[in-house]
Amino acid sequence: MFQPVILWTDALIFLLLAAVTAFFVYARRQPHLRDPLRRVAQSRAGMVSMVVLAAYVAIGLLDSLHFRPALPGKPGAGVQYAVETLSVLDKLATPLRERNEKTYSAPFATHAYAKEVVELPDGREVRDFPRLKYGGAHLVDPEAWLSDVLVRTLKAETLALATWLLAALALCAWLAHRNAGSLSTTWRAVWRGETPIPWRAGLLTLGLLLLLVFPALALSTHYHVLGTDKVGQDVLFQTLKSVRTGLVIGTLTTLVMLPFAVLLGIMAGYFRGWIDDLIQYLYTTLNSIPGVLLIAAAVLMMQVWMESNPDLFDTVAARADARLFFLCAILGVTSWTGLCRLLRGEALKLREMEYIQAAHAFGVSHWRIIGRHLLPNVMHIVLITVVMDFSGLVLAEAVLSYVGVGVDPTMQSWGNMINSARLEMARDPMVWWTLAAAFLFMFALVLFANLFADTVRDAFDPRTRR
Amino acid sequence: MTAYLLRRILYALPILLGVNVITFVLFFMVNTPDDMARMNLGVKHVTQEAIDKWKAERGYDKPLLYNASVSGAKALTDTVFFEKSVSMFAFDFGRADDGRDIAREIKTRMGPSLAIALPVFAVGLAVNISFALLMVFFRASYLDFAGVVLCVAMMSISGLFYIIAGQYLVSKLWHLVPISGFAGGLDAFKFLVLPVAIGVVSGIGAGARWYRTLFLEEMGKDYVRTARAKGLAETAVLFRHVLKNALIPILTGAVVVIPLLFMGSLITESFFGIPGLGSYTIDAINAQDFAVVRAMVFLGSLLYIVGLVLTDISYTLVDPRIRLE
Repeated sequence: MFQPVILWTDALIFLLLAAVTAFFVYARRQPHLRDPLRRVAQSRAGMVSMVVLAAYVAIGLLDSLHFRPALPGKPGAGVQYAVETLSVLDKLATPLRERNEKTYSAPFATHAYAKEVVELPDGREVRDFPRLKYGGAHLVDPEAWLSDVLVRTLKAETLALATWLLAALALCAWLAHRNAGSLSTTWRAVWRGETPIPWRAGLLTLGLLLLLVFPALALSTHYHVLGTDKVGQDVLFQTLKSVRTGLVIGTLTTLVMLPFAVLLGIMAGYFRGWIDDLIQYLYTTLNSIPGVLLIAAAVLMMQVWMESNPDLFDTVAARADARLFFLCAILGVTSWTGLCRLLRGEALKLREMEYIQAAHAFGVSHWRIIGRHLLPNVMHIVLITVVMDFSGLVLAEAVLSYVGVGVDPTMQSWGNMINSARLEMARDPMVWWTLAAAFLFMFALVLFANLFADTVRDAFDPRTRR
Repeated sequence: MTAYLLRRILYALPILLGVNVITFVLFFMVNTPDDMARMNLGVKHVTQEAIDKWKAERGYDKPLLYNASVSGAKALTDTVFFEKSVSMFAFDFGRADDGRDIAREIKTRMGPSLAIALPVFAVGLAVNISFALLMVFFRASYLDFAGVVLCVAMMSISGLFYIIAGQYLVSKLWHLVPISGFAGGLDAFKFLVLPVAIGVVSGIGAGARWYRTLFLEEMGKDYVRTARAKGLAETAVLFRHVLKNALIPILTGAVVVIPLLFMGSLITESFFGIPGLGSYTIDAINAQDFAVVRAMVFLGSLLYIVGLVLTDISYTLVDPRIRLE
């Protein structure tokens, strides 16, 4: 019993997903797009990064299905829904979400980070590190946590290996079925790296990923794998929640700016004359305002606006989501100029080509020429820019949150995690785990996004084509 | 040349006017000055008198675009938009919320900002170019590959990480330099070493990789083949021919950011407690001081346009084939 909630960014994410699917369906039938896409799949770096990025996207999508659970009410009365908006990921990670400690605790700790007055069984009171409420609470002897962790890890790794083998077998069976070959020859070809698509690299990455994910999941039910933060929340849960924020900023920003950049850029290059002057003036003006300052000014103003219109948002999640969406929009406003300028130059060049001149001579209308002849021929530039911008935007989120103009403080994001944890560096012993978790997850996402972007650029850029 | 410069400066005016309109729309149209006053005074039940007083102190108590109460040209000039725009162009930024003169504050804070930004820029440029040259010299070898991998990894690390890790290692663990702060004169050195080093290191990844592609593009040109055919050594080809020619895009790309160095770096300055323009801006954002943020937006745009003009001039200086007309 629940009430589905579609936040603004959720809707846009699924719109984006539909757009990407439509693009692939379209690209399969277009040789000039199909070949570069195949080159992406055939490169090893592309394969590895796709597997890792798919894992991030899966987490992000699970976190984008929101609902409000029904409250246990009296029978007969109408169903009441909770004020809190949950996502499927929240539901799956309920143990992580609800098992909160009092305050900081280190990864795998059984005792709290700070000393407290503890009552001994014989009634005396001493200041000591108290046992955690959940972390390692099942242990009779907390000193034995290491062996417990090792046993659990080993079990999980066995399961991971089994799952991985099953996945590899399933892949080979599918390949054998498709190529009408036998399973054993396919298996051998895959492991010798003789397949045109580097399945071996993909499978090895998947294996490593499973070997990391399974033990983390298995251990997280009894320990805080990445420790807890100031209010005792599990850091692993926080980083997982932050994945969606990072992905949303990286993808929706480009989605927001794309229509403007493509339309205005092509128009400027195609029509020239006063339209070109006007559009050039527009983007030079926007470009001349330092990006961070424009974002800061816009976010400040939005805060004032939200403050004076509080009744527009019914839940905290809706409010935070509106702010996230607005941040994407304003980031889009500051970042469309580069693509616009590139497209203008390309359109200037293309409009002199024979096929466009011929279309013109046949009396094809301007908009039809733009839609049918120009747009498909600048698609590769759009695609390369979208993929290249992604990692920069993920990194920008952390910086903006530090400046105080990033996502809502109630929203989980790597920027907010770093921001809240950086002041704890001075403590002794140091609280390092929040920072480490945020930086590590962000680094992995950005690194593989960069690798993927390079592969896409190499495959689609006609200048690098041999 | 003079005519060209004059035209460029005239061309910059509508852009600055556009920037002014954008900031005006952002700061005064999206929210009325009443909203800002209520937000700034911070209390739930603010009296109308307090709001009026706040607005009057800042000169926000006039109509925004059109003053119907006076006639003639004054209907357009006696407004918030006109007064604020004109004073911006005259570099009269008004007063911050704490009562200080913004223009004077900017003047005193420019020094510390430059003390960080200039070395980061110069040393960074030198380091990136040398690193890129090294990779190009050993191109298509394992050394080159390792260098590219290192670059991609370094540019994937958040800039905040470099600062936090650097402060922790150098200042807290090894006690080499103070964690943050600033002093005038020669004492400034020990405060500046770490931020400058971190600024340089965090820029290597993206910078060196970019210069490497520039050099490689240059390596494919005909004159390089000719130089090799003449029997020149690889080092001579690289340093005498390729480097010189690649300097044109490098220099022109670098010139555009030079004026913006005055604005300082937001993140570095606030982490290291340097009293420059970057930390001034951040403080203003956090204190929601609209006048300061507006002034900084205007200043930033102005410096950017100056950078564009300088770029054009530097083109003619380094490349005699280009003439400004």
